[in-house]
Amino acid sequence: MSCALLLLLTSLALAMGTGAAVEIQRPRGVPQSKRQFYEENKPFTCLDGSSTIPFDRVNDDYCDCRDGSDEPGTAACPNGSFHCSNAGFRPAFIPSSRINDGICDCCDTTDEYNSGATCQNTCREMGRKERESLQIMAEITKEGFLLKQQLIHEAKRGQEDKQVRSGGKVEALRTVKETAEDPEKGAKERHLKSWEEQKELIRMEKDKTRMAEAFLELDDDSDGYVSVAELQSHLELDPDSDGSLTETETQVRCLLFLPLKSREDFYHTSKLQGCKLVPPTVQTPEKRGDDELSMPPYDTETQSLIDGAYSHLNLEKEIGFDFGPSAEFAYLYSQCYELSTSEYIYRLCPFNRVSQKPKFGGSETNLGLWGQWAGPEDNLYSMMKYDHGQGCWQGPNRSTTVKLTCGKETVVTSTSEPSRCEYLMEFTTPAVCQEPASLDEVLHGHTEL
Amino acid sequence: MASFIERMCLYRVLVLSVFMSITQAVDRSNFKTCDQSAFCSRQRAMKPGQSSYTALLETLELSDSHLTVQLLNNNNKVLLLLELYRLQGNMTRVKINELKPIKARYEVPDVLITDPPTELMSVVAQDEHRVVLSLGGEDWRLILSAQPFRLDIMEGPQVLLSLNSRGLLAFEQLRIRKDTISHKISSTVGSMWDKIKSVFSSKSQTDTEEAGEKEDTEQHDKEKVSEGEEEAEEEVDQPGMWEETFKTHADTKPNGPSSISLDFSLPGVEHVYGIPEHADGLRLKNTDGGDPYRLYNLDVFQYELFNPMALYGAVPVLLSHNTHRTMGLFWLNAAETWVDVSSGQGSSEVPQTDVRWISESGIIDVFIMLGPRPNDVFTQYSSLTGTQAFPPLSSLAYHQCRWNYNDQEDVSAVDQGFDEHDIPYDFIWLDIEHTDGKRYFTWDNNKFPQPKDMLQGLLHKRRKMVTIVDPHIKVDSSYKIHTEIRSRGYYIKNKDGGDYEGWCWPGNAGYPDFTNPEMRKWWASMFAYDQYEGSMENLYTWNDMNEPSVFNGPEVTMHKDALHGPWEHRDIHNLYGFYVQMATAEGQIQRSGGLERPFVLTRAFFAGSQRYGAVWTGDNAAEWGHLKMSIPMCLSLGLVGISFCGADVGGFFKTPSAELLVRWYQAGAYQPFFRAHAHLDTPRREPWLFGPDNTALIREAVRQRYTLLPYWYLQFYHAQRTGQPVMRPLWVEYPEDIATFSIDNEFLIGRDLLVHPVTDERSSGVTAYLPGNGEVWYDVHTFQRHDGAQNLSIPVTMSSIPVFQRGGSIICRKNRVRRSSSCMENDPYTLYVALDSQGKAEGEIYIDDGHTFKHKTDKQFIHRRLSFTANSLSSSDLSPDSQFPTASWVEQVNILGAQKPDAVTLTTTDGGESSVEFEFDPDTAVLTLRKPGVNAGVNWTLHLR
Repeated sequence: MSCALLLLLTSLALAMGTGAAVEIQRPRGVPQSKRQFYEENKPFTCLDGSSTIPFDRVNDDYCDCRDGSDEPGTAACPNGSFHCSNAGFRPAFIPSSRINDGICDCCDTTDEYNSGATCQNTCREMGRKERESLQIMAEITKEGFLLKQQLIHEAKRGQEDKQVRSGGKVEALRTVKETAEDPEKGAKERHLKSWEEQKELIRMEKDKTRMAEAFLELDDDSDGYVSVAELQSHLELDPDSDGSLTETETQVRCLLFLPLKSREDFYHTSKLQGCKLVPPTVQTPEKRGDDELSMPPYDTETQSLIDGAYSHLNLEKEIGFDFGPSAEFAYLYSQCYELSTSEYIYRLCPFNRVSQKPKFGGSETNLGLWGQWAGPEDNLYSMMKYDHGQGCWQGPNRSTTVKLTCGKETVVTSTSEPSRCEYLMEFTTPAVCQEPASLDEVLHGHTEL
Repeated sequence: MASFIERMCLYRVLVLSVFMSITQAVDRSNFKTCDQSAFCSRQRAMKPGQSSYTALLETLELSDSHLTVQLLNNNNKVLLLLELYRLQGNMTRVKINELKPIKARYEVPDVLITDPPTELMSVVAQDEHRVVLSLGGEDWRLILSAQPFRLDIMEGPQVLLSLNSRGLLAFEQLRIRKDTISHKISSTVGSMWDKIKSVFSSKSQTDTEEAGEKEDTEQHDKEKVSEGEEEAEEEVDQPGMWEETFKTHADTKPNGPSSISLDFSLPGVEHVYGIPEHADGLRLKNTDGGDPYRLYNLDVFQYELFNPMALYGAVPVLLSHNTHRTMGLFWLNAAETWVDVSSGQGSSEVPQTDVRWISESGIIDVFIMLGPRPNDVFTQYSSLTGTQAFPPLSSLAYHQCRWNYNDQEDVSAVDQGFDEHDIPYDFIWLDIEHTDGKRYFTWDNNKFPQPKDMLQGLLHKRRKMVTIVDPHIKVDSSYKIHTEIRSRGYYIKNKDGGDYEGWCWPGNAGYPDFTNPEMRKWWASMFAYDQYEGSMENLYTWNDMNEPSVFNGPEVTMHKDALHGPWEHRDIHNLYGFYVQMATAEGQIQRSGGLERPFVLTRAFFAGSQRYGAVWTGDNAAEWGHLKMSIPMCLSLGLVGISFCGADVGGFFKTPSAELLVRWYQAGAYQPFFRAHAHLDTPRREPWLFGPDNTALIREAVRQRYTLLPYWYLQFYHAQRTGQPVMRPLWVEYPEDIATFSIDNEFLIGRDLLVHPVTDERSSGVTAYLPGNGEVWYDVHTFQRHDGAQNLSIPVTMSSIPVFQRGGSIICRKNRVRRSSSCMENDPYTLYVALDSQGKAEGEIYIDDGHTFKHKTDKQFIHRRLSFTANSLSSSDLSPDSQFPTASWVEQVNILGAQKPDAVTLTTTDGGESSVEFEFDPDTAVLTLRKPGVNAGVNWTLHLR
């Protein structure tokens, strides 16, 4: 470390002073750290040891080494890499295919020494900008981290409160629950399983019935399909709420309502003069009228097991969330954050759901329900996943990934839909701010050799 | 509100359940079968037999350029006029039209590049039954038989091709509808006309100074005719002649029946090819018992494989091939056309293929290309319709497309992604969502607020962009393009004379009449930088939906009774897309002041479309079968002149597995037009989204493409000059090797590269046929040498792309793959000299600026021959009167199948001689010459001693 630091200083000093002089000391494109392998007037051994060549074949624009190490400063080797010192900014390696390709890649312009491209040395400017932004970032991180401490503190207090309210300690509750859970779980699962099977059957029947109902409702003249005229008579489908459905709107509605986007739908509407649809065959429904299916009651034994375990259901639900290692995300619970774009208002309710609502009328779409933390292993709390949102035609259910970055404010900064029905949301919160390193460290950490 | 949402959800469920089965594949019921197409079923009901037509030899007239003779239909006494032309380059043109149609019949304009030059025809022999004409040479004859009418083209005693030998010539004459008042009037007028006519014809008879004997014959014939006239059968209207309904779409047919048909017999032929576009194998199948191949440009949703159904484009050109001869038939007709192919035994147990063409309107105008070699047919056909446009070099590189790249940030992120993963690309594409409400020539202000900044960013990386510009124009009084077209009267009209409107992406849309040259001129002017706001010189164009696609039209296209000036859409349908691309390409040329080559991709096409850019195979699917099908589909297009062909890499509909995607990249890297594309509803599939291993595999495939760009460019240079296809079936180069005739799972690029892509899931090996007795082939990756005329089993892994270089060839590559092809402009070449069994090899190198017309206008290019013989490799100028300064040089030479020399020296024209270092690998027999260093544009020789 200290050695590296020393080298850094040397290099910086030289770069500030005599600039190009440093570059002459080593073959073009060689980083200081590999300087010792390139000794002038001595045969050069490829860094992978595969062969040894006269030194005048280093950077002679012909690839002799399989690992590309003989051509650090030309584009001759397909797998070579070029080192730019970028004095004033950050050194970088670029693939050697970017040497003399007419595009300025290194801010010190050293990659375009023979292409005719006119590059400006922008390293100092970039360095300044980077330092500025790092400074800002550092300040944000610093303040954000302070805020985070508060959040942790508040979360702790809130938790204690709840534990008090729950008539004891959470731990106690958990123990009770866990002991109760084993028999309760088994009984409940059995019950649930048989219920799920039954429910599926009922649901299928019911869907069919509803489809038929929906169809009949649209098919005013009961001719077995839905025509444009029939759609036009249903003003609840009127998008601009001007009280009438033009043919255009009807078409659009048709398209909409055959969840469209794809040519398929257009074709089907087109082939049928509007939205003529063939009704599904339906058997006479067994049951009508009740919208929500309810599970039959548990047997007494199961019920008592459940009651025992879930006497503090709501509280348990809240406690059951993973609010981060120090519960720093707890403050987001039961809050919602909105972002307005040109077309939609997006709404993120952390640990609950993400939704989208058209700005100019129309219904809300569920973009996903809280799933889990989804960051990489070493940074689990940097990403949230919301899934099982409203289904997409010919596609998956909608889902949203929320990327969390450190910020003083808690705010949704952007949304996008990189793939159909897969949304990406960027969200800043102090809760992800890491303990700041000292500013000097930050700056120097970025100026390696 | 809740009830509305709920209802919408339910509707969705309802609709889903209704369409569930349909989403799997094409809904065939949307498209006509021959039975459902009135003229096709009328014509097909007519069976082979004695033709009702007689050639009236007494009406024969022979001029310097052509012969005319009248044909009489003995059933209805309608006279046709047959015109026969002997064309330069061993072609015969046969035109048949009504002698006196009550109104003109459509003759396809603009497809032929010139009025084809004719050659003298002379009568060799003549009697009352036939006329024998010389087609040049010693024994080329054309025999015109009078009763029944037929034509036979002979070489010596051998019949090459016969017309109407099965008696299927049929010509529905234009007529007046009988149940109308106008009919009654005209039939009265008609009989008066007959009287006038007979007066004139007897007058003309006295004018002729013919031998008495001949006059006798004529008199005799005339009596026959007048007898016949009395017997003329009253033709009965059949259903579908004056109107036709398909599904809910009525086709009013004010002109009544007008279809035409003619049969061709090809004795000795078992293999026929061409008539794209169909999702079918390379070799055409027998259509007996099924539907004929259909040519009618249609937007077919999720098309089915191995099916003669019509697709997006139509080229009415059929090639026949046997070990002795390749011939072509070009049926120049733009109306809906059906082609029956029937192979079987002809007379005396010689195999024979019969072909029958049926078109809905227009005239019979057919070009018979007599070969005899495959290359001759390509030369002949391109002398008629032109050659493949020479594309900008960068358009031969890799294209990244998706429906849709959402906004400027998305474009810049994808662009960045390619650099981060070190994968080159040249073009990024924007589909319909980039526009302001599907108004072409505009940008969505929210998503693309600064298109020039975006284009500038790409330009900075030496990359390019394509935006989609479709020919359906949103009907919107605040949309400039629409109001201009409307006020200028440039829209296609409906049958009642109003602007034709149909449904497409923007909702209600008008369709500009691209058959109108004034309209095309105006359209071209819309591509000027000051007209197309936000456009720049690195923005190019994609014409989609130009069949034209009309969502609510019959068969998802335009009503046939729509009007293009005096002509019905029926007459011109298959030409529409051709004109759209023509006008767009012209616009791109004009915006640069005529300097820059255009790049325009089209989905619909016709004969001659090769002159305007590239074609892709439309909306395929992410299935292994579609990957396989990309080969025969592009091969078929190449055979009929359209070389710049590709299929959506990855498949448009559905989601490819990582394995399929990788295999598709590997195959696509070796097909002419190399573009990945994906449907809006599919998950993202940029090359780096499938894990590092797959990213590496895709990177490698794309890099292989880039190293071979000099070779691709050379092939397109040749295609432009000669009309030879770039991607070729094996039989084109090995016309006498029957084993090659049906191969369509491998192909050649030019002459020298043979590609057998892996197109099976979890494949562990492929069997490639290496053609050519006595030839050798080298694996381009391992340099292993294989003998020709064998089936070679090749074990494969995920990284394998079986490609072989022909022994006897020299291929130039640029092995320094960079971010885009433009970045590689000045890079050096590596030569791969693959020695044949005699130790020889030849190749070429072509260099120009890659994007302008200066190669043509100012002769700014380098075209050199590279030749290895007698242990010397030399570069010599093939075009001494052209010049181009290049910075590229020769970096390395690899000689495959070589022996170790003692020394290698380089001689240059200035007399300099220097020794060249080399390395020899005895295991692979590859001799590598290190850094000859000579400029790629000069003469030099390398001597091996």
